[in-house]
Amino acid sequence: MKSLAELQAIRDKARTQLNIRNENENNIRVLVGMATCGIAAGARPVLNAFVEECAKRGLENVTVTQTGCIGICQYEPVVEVVVPGEEKVTYVKMDAEKALKVVNDHLVNRNVVTEYTIGKYSE
Amino acid sequence: MRELSLNIMDIAQNSVRAEASELAIRCVEDTAAHTLTIELEDNGKGMSEEQIACVTDPFFTTRTTRKVGLGVPLFKMAAEQTGGSFRITSAPGKGTLTAAVFNTDNVDMTPLGNINATVGLLINANPDMDFVFERRIDDKSFTLDTKQMREMLGDVPLNNPDVALWISSYLEENENDLFGGITNEIIS
Repeated sequence: MKSLAELQAIRDKARTQLNIRNENENNIRVLVGMATCGIAAGARPVLNAFVEECAKRGLENVTVTQTGCIGICQYEPVVEVVVPGEEKVTYVKMDAEKALKVVNDHLVNRNVVTEYTIGKYSE
Repeated sequence: MRELSLNIMDIAQNSVRAEASELAIRCVEDTAAHTLTIELEDNGKGMSEEQIACVTDPFFTTRTTRKVGLGVPLFKMAAEQTGGSFRITSAPGKGTLTAAVFNTDNVDMTPLGNINATVGLLINANPDMDFVFERRIDDKSFTLDTKQMREMLGDVPLNNPDVALWISSYLEENENDLFGGITNEIIS
């Protein structure tokens, strides 16, 4: 069984890694829309996929967080990726599988997955 | 909503917006009475009686990006369609308690679904808030309390990736233990 004591080991490990997560200006932000519209459209598996994949790959410079409704409910689940110094990218109609592709192509290799973007979708 | 755990995720967001520092989520199942009680209790800024009367109205919302607010109405509907009940108790400065009772043997019962994912993601997305999650089935229960976790973690934040993975296995193991290794067909 998992015990609270295991958290001490996690703490010790985290302290040895020089974690500069919060101070890093090059932090990439991933915002998943988690208002009623997003949740109903299936945003939870998308958020889960981003969190778990970033944890597995050890992407220290990525912060995954949730945001509210940005007013385009018909395109939910919506994910915004903000890379410092670049234009914000809005992905629409996301699912867990697409999320993995965005982690791989956009967050790791810095290539925007154009086919999932709102610009492509509304054409 | 396809799962009650999604409704919980949605309602919890109200507590976040009400600037709560603590949120308790309780899922209590009584197998003899065929009921599931879901409670969310926060210490946020609370609501006036006037606001409480408004929140079950789909055309009331505090946000500005759209004109409808379906979180509370959908949760209420999910409970009432099983012949259950729904109530909100709140006062300004006193926090809010949202409670829904579901009749699990009703044909319109929505499954609880992946409650562990909901709790894990809520903690991950709101590392500065404290959560107490209690899952109870008759006389068996388990609890996850982020305050106890913080004592062990020291200054390591709750949204540390390794902590997120620990939370997800902790919840899964305890849930399996609660059901004696088998999954309750009605709830999951």
